[in-house]
Formats: sequence, structure tokens, C-alpha cells
Amino acid sequence: MSTPQLLDRRQFIRTAALATGGLVIAFNVPARLVKKLQAAGETVFTPNAYLRIGSDDTVTVILSHCEMGQGIWTSLSMLIAEELDASWQTIQAEHAPAAAAFYHTIYATQRTGGSTSLLSEYDRYRKAGATARQLLVQAAASRYHVAVKDCRTADGHVIIGDKKIRYGELVEDAAALPLPADVPLKDPAEWKFIGKKVKRLDTPVKINGKAIFGMDVQFPGLLTALIARAPFPGAKVKEYDAAASMAVPGVRQVVPIPGGVAVLGDDFWAAKKGRDALRVEWDFGEAAGINSDALLAELKERAVKGGLPATSSGNPDEALSRAAHVVEAEYYQPFLAHAPMEPLNCTVKLSADKCEIWTGTQTHTNDQQAAAEITGLPIDKVFINTVFLGGSFGRRNITRSDFVREAVEVAKASGKLIKTVWTREDDIQGGMYRPAFLHRFKVGLDENGTPVAWKQISVGQSVMTGGPFEKVAVINGVDMFSIEGMQTAPHVKSIPDQRIELNTPVWPVSVDNWRAVGLSHTIFAMESLSDELAHAAGKDPVAYRRMLYKDEPRLVNVLNLAAEKSGWGSPLPPGYGRGVAVFEGVGSFSAVVAEVAVSKGMPPRVTKVTCAIDCGLAINPDGVAAQMESNLAFGLSAALYSEITFKDSKVQQRNFYDYKTLRINEMPEISTFIVPSNEKPGGVGEATVGHMMPALTNAIFAATGKRIRHLPVMNQDLS
Amino acid sequence: MIKLTVNGKTHQLDVPADMPLLWVIRDRLGLTGTKFGCGAAQCGACTVHLDGEAIRSCVVPASLADGRQVVTIEGLDADLAVPLQQAWTEFDVPQCGYCQSGQIMSAAVLLKHNTKPTDKDIDEAMTGNVCRCGTYQRIRSAIHLAAELKRSGAMKLTLPS
Ligand code: FES
Ligand code: FES
Repeated sequence: MSTPQLLDRRQFIRTAALATGGLVIAFNVPARLVKKLQAAGETVFTPNAYLRIGSDDTVTVILSHCEMGQGIWTSLSMLIAEELDASWQTIQAEHAPAAAAFYHTIYATQRTGGSTSLLSEYDRYRKAGATARQLLVQAAASRYHVAVKDCRTADGHVIIGDKKIRYGELVEDAAALPLPADVPLKDPAEWKFIGKKVKRLDTPVKINGKAIFGMDVQFPGLLTALIARAPFPGAKVKEYDAAASMAVPGVRQVVPIPGGVAVLGDDFWAAKKGRDALRVEWDFGEAAGINSDALLAELKERAVKGGLPATSSGNPDEALSRAAHVVEAEYYQPFLAHAPMEPLNCTVKLSADKCEIWTGTQTHTNDQQAAAEITGLPIDKVFINTVFLGGSFGRRNITRSDFVREAVEVAKASGKLIKTVWTREDDIQGGMYRPAFLHRFKVGLDENGTPVAWKQISVGQSVMTGGPFEKVAVINGVDMFSIEGMQTAPHVKSIPDQRIELNTPVWPVSVDNWRAVGLSHTIFAMESLSDELAHAAGKDPVAYRRMLYKDEPRLVNVLNLAAEKSGWGSPLPPGYGRGVAVFEGVGSFSAVVAEVAVSKGMPPRVTKVTCAIDCGLAINPDGVAAQMESNLAFGLSAALYSEITFKDSKVQQRNFYDYKTLRINEMPEISTFIVPSNEKPGGVGEATVGHMMPALTNAIFAATGKRIRHLPVMNQDLS
Repeated sequence: MIKLTVNGKTHQLDVPADMPLLWVIRDRLGLTGTKFGCGAAQCGACTVHLDGEAIRSCVVPASLADGRQVVTIEGLDADLAVPLQQAWTEFDVPQCGYCQSGQIMSAAVLLKHNTKPTDKDIDEAMTGNVCRCGTYQRIRSAIHLAAELKRSGAMKLTLPS
């Protein structure tokens, strides 16, 4: 943690609990922002780094996190609006610059990820709003010579008797007051915004073409750069020939950078044609000869060999020998690309004394560090202008800042103002995949069907090793995200005789965070297995899970809710089936029931999905529902279609025609039910991606008797 | 030299014959509401209207649009833009928003030809538009509502600000 700079009297210091054990963060107003506004002749009141109130009443909420579709543009603003007693019409939001004031309260860097934004900011943003409100009230009280207790606030006004004073009229006085040491927060019974349906603040600009994404950043003289790169981090350019590229009209420069060659053109089309004409010879090094068949075979071999213990207690072999039923199963899930709708891009303007970056990123501090490292500039001379992210799903949460790093390299090597643009092919073939995983189980049940012995071997690459979370996530060689939620599941942690092992291959294929991280594959394995256990025990899948998860009432509650709302147990036409999945993840408890129709020669069609979630306090319930639709569509898309494969070190998929995604005609009808709760806010952006996959395959089993243990479903024979 | 009329404004442009209309619109005319998603007619993010029909501008050479009328999200006519934007607002359709210009441009052509689209009509008209955020359910609801608004003339003829 860097030492806070003392900026001006508006700065205040507050403690915040950090995962690292550090305690103090300075919440300061970015001086640049204040200067810029003052230069523009605006009267601004900036009680802290999180909001600004103008004399025209406009309340600007400054977001330490990035908006990538998940809705924090609105939900973080709601937290401030609530405590400020603002009028929703006056609220607008903007992305914060990269600065220590905006560090995540848990991660201690500026980062958006892990479905933790609301958890991180729930107190901090409410306090920011409450602080501003208190200052405005004090300003009004002294102007009208009344006691603070005789003032109240509503709808962007301080109210004294029958006088209504607009916040905008008070900002100058309020800005001169000392900051209060601490401020009380509202009783939830008084909430006007939190927990209510509030319209998204970013809808208007996202339906008229005005929203600016990284791809839309334009400057006079900007050159577009396309990079020839290999998907394998170890690969090197052996040699390249730029002659044909340079002959393309509009191509200005061809420069080598670490890991590739960049072609710079006046516009995308020139750069694209220039790169098409480029001849590059690669030295794949260790990545030579990568083939998917061999990788799968190796996963299977490693599953036989075993690995490092994540848990080990009692004598599972002996317990298995006494079990009434033994169930063995192996689940495989492939490498996956993120394929956000907006291909990656990054604009960099580098000069002798600063590096300015425009991009949509989830990892501001890491990006600053990467740029500082490449340019030799101090970190506070790296300025990041965050624009809307056209989706991400973890692709812009890459621990090594790959796409920002290479853009800074291009700017440095070329000396030009540049924007890198990835094509869809670059995106699909560009690595940073969700790792392929194999989970193998041998589970013993007693006569009631209760698991009494548990043996598990999981095999797959580690996402956290080598990244900023390695220290906390990788324990004795076991990446906890590789088995996320498995050993802590209520029915597993209570088994006295168990052994869970993890085998972690080190391959040249790059892997990283993909929406829901470990849960994107562990829930499929765990909830397919629970279905198989139910079947072995001769029980209904919902009834069986009620018994299995009885130690976690919030889980049983959502299970019951989803079962009831989906009409679980009611008759279905022939060829239809229902499947269920229930799991805890990212601080939320969720259950999903899918209804599927399977007919010969046709891909299975999911007709209806019912989702119940207990995410603690749902700050913006309609936002939660939207995220459930998003999670389930994303999970369904992956489960049905998605797979990255390699042949002779070439990624075999290129674009949406062979890396297929869900389309509107395949979208099921989704109903979401939110459990009312005042528990601290859990995550929703990744909560049910994993649930959708086993809910689908369990439904296919119910419809056809065919158990799918390898994804994607598309590759499986359902006849 | 080609002559391109975009949102009612005519431009004389010197562009390579194979340069897709998308990049002329974005990189030469600076209209960034039309998006690049795949470059292969697979996702619909780049959908614009050419003489009133929805096309994937990432695969249509600008030379093919020579002398013709192009409309982008920025210039969509109010009698389609207003009901669509009101309906989109009503259901808070966008998430990341990146696909939404294309979605609205495809939906506009559907509404122009079909005053009361069924779910099947919507599937047919909108299957070429990918949304990775999964806003499809809300898009469907919004199209039904937009059609209704348009039929009844109930909407205020102002765009949501
Ligand atoms: S960018 Fe044109 S269809 Fe995808
Ligand atoms: S809203 Fe993000 S891709 Fe559609």
C-alpha cells in the first residue's frame, strides 16, 4: 500500500479492513479532477473521492469499479443517492481514474472482479453519501441560523420548516466546512432506493450509440495497431518480413514487440490488410506440437496418478468398502474463451513524462504497474481513463495485464499515439482460457444415500499461480480455485473419511480468470455428481439434495423455492425433463431448475429456467434478475457449444461460426426469485453461470436417461 | 471516389474498394455507434440500414453503398427510434450495451415490415444478433412493447434523454 499523499483539506483518512492486514487508506480527491473542473469555472463540492455535487444540483458518483454490464454504474450510485437523500434525476456516474483512493477494500488494489464490488463498497459509498449530506445540512443550518436537528433532507433539498433549499445552493458553503469524523447511516426501514427497482443510469447512452467503449476512442493522428501474436506465452518471433505489409496503402509502420509484431495503419482496415500481408515465422518453443487429444489423455493419466492433498481425513478406502452403494464418475470440461462482445483494444499516448491509457479494464493498478515497468515512468505518471467495457467475463481481469502491456509496448516501440484492436479471431485464438478440467470421484453412500466416504482427484491448470492472489489462493501447492466450493460443500465437509487431491499440470497454454473462475467447472462436477448419487440412492433429485444440504439452511431454502416455482414434480410431455442444481458461490446461495426438450436429431432445447437466489441484501433487485438472465445464458452457451481445441499448436476455432454462442431463438424463458434478506450483499455477476450447466445435463438425463459427463453437450451423442 | 449518404448527409470519400462500410462509418466518418464484433457477418453488432434494409456493414464493401442511403443508430428515424428506445428503457435491456446498437437496428427493420411480430418473427429477425450478456429475454419483451407503442401511437414523440 502506498503512503497517501496529503492533497488538501478535503482529504480525509479512514480505516478499512484489508485482506493484507494493512489498515489505513487515504480517501482523497483526485487533484487533477478538481483542477480540471475549477478551470472550467464550475463550482464543485467534493466532500470525498466518491462524489461531486455541482451548483446545478448534479450529483456525480465516481465509480472505483468498472461497468462491464453488471450494473454497478447504477447500484453504486444507489448507495450514495440513498444516504445523500438525492433526487435520482440529478445522479450521474463516471469511472474513477486509477488512484489509491479507489483501491478495493478487500483486494487492496483497484480491481473489479470476483463479484465483490458491492461487498467492497457497501459501507464506503453509503458513508460517502452520508458525509456529503451532513455537510449540506450543516451549511443550511448555519445559513439560516437554526440547529442541525431542525433540518431534514429529501429529494436533493435541505428542508427547514417550509423552506426548501436545493443542494446546489449550498455546495459552496458546504465545501468550506471541515469533514465530520463519522456519520450515522440510515436505518434500512427508511431506504428509498436500496432494495427498490431503480432504472439503470447507463441505459440512455447504450441505446442511442453514444456510449463510448474502448473501441470508440478516437484522436486526430491516432494509428490503429493490429498485432500478430501467438496464443502461447512462450512463443517467439523467429523472423518476419514486413515488405508486403508496408506496401499496403495506409500502413505506416511495422514494429516488433515482445511476443509479436505490430502493424500500424491509418485505420483498422489498413492495419488489418497490413497484418494479413505480414509474414511471421514462429518459434513455439515448449508450445510446439500441442494437441487437444494428448492433453485430454494426460488429464486422464494424471487423474490415475493422484496429486497433492487438499483434504485428507479418516480412511476413505476402508469406508468405501463398507458403503451400501459406491458411485464412480468422471467429468471433463474443455478450455473456454471469454469472447466478450467488444474485442479487446487499448489506446496509449506515451510521452517523456507520462503514459495515458484509454481502455476498459478490471485491473487498474496492475495495468499501471505494467505500464510503469515498460516505460520506466513512476506509477503515478500512468493515467488510466476507463471507458465502458463491452463485456469482459474475466477477459479484462487478466493478472498479467496482457492487452494493456502489449499496447504500451507498441506505443513505446513506434513512438506513436496508437490504439490496438483485436479481431474476433485474435480474441478466440488469443489464449487466457478457462482451463480444461477433469474431476474424478469415488463416493460411498450408506443405506439412506448419505455420503460416508469421498475420494476425489481433480486435474487442471492453476489460474492463480503467478498472479497477484497466489499467496492467498495457493496453499501447499493446491490452488483453492481449482476446487472452488468443493471441499467446503455442506455434504463434503461433514464426511469423516475423505481425501480430495489436486493434480496441477504446467502447460504452455495460458489460462486465467473466466466468469465464475473455479465455480465455472466445479459446480458442473459437483451437481452432476449429486444427481448421480440421488439416482443411486433411488431418490428424487430435489428431495435427495434437501437431505444432502440440510446443514446449510440458506441452500435448502433456495432449493425449495426453485422447486416450488418451477413446478418440480408436475407432469411433463414426453421428451421433456427437468434438472436441478444448487450451490453456494461468491457469497450467494442459488438454485436453478431447467426444463429441457430433447427430440431426435435436434440439439436439446431449454424451454424454461427457474432461478432462486439468496444474495443477501439485493441492492437493485431488477439488476439481480438481469444478472441471473446473463449468468444462465452465459452458462448455457458454454455448456451447449463452447470448446477451444488445439491441433499442432493452432487453436482450431476462429470466430462465432465455430465458437458458437447462444442466440435469441435458443434463449429459454427465465424467471428469477430473490429471497428477501438483510444479510451483507453477496455477489451476483457470476453466481449461477456454473449452475446452468448441470441443471441442463441433469434435465437431459431426466428426459432421456443419458448422463452427460463431458462438455460441451454439442459433442455428445444423445440418440 | 464514392458518394455515400449517411444519416442524410452526403460524403465524397476516397476509400479502397474493398474497405467494409463499417470501417468507413467508424474510422472515416467518426460515427462510433455502429460496432465491430466479428468482422464476419456472425454477430450483428455492425448492423446498419442500406436503402432501408438491415445489413452487416462489416462484410459489405463501402463501394457497394456508392450512391445509396445508409442509416446508422445515430440517424435512426424517430418513428422507429422512439418506440424502440422507450421500450428498451422500460425493460432496461442493455447490460454492457455493446451489441445494442445492432439489436435496435435489426429490430427497427422488423418493426417497419411487421406491426405485430410474433415470437417466431422475432427469432427470425434477431437470430443474427449475438448478445454475450444474454439480454435476449428483455430484447424480446422490448420488441413486443415497441410494436405496441408504434401501433397505438401512444408514445410521446421524444427520445429518452
Ligand atoms: S461485426 Fe459485423 S456481423 Fe459481427
Ligand atoms: S448487452 Fe452486452 S453483448 Fe449485449
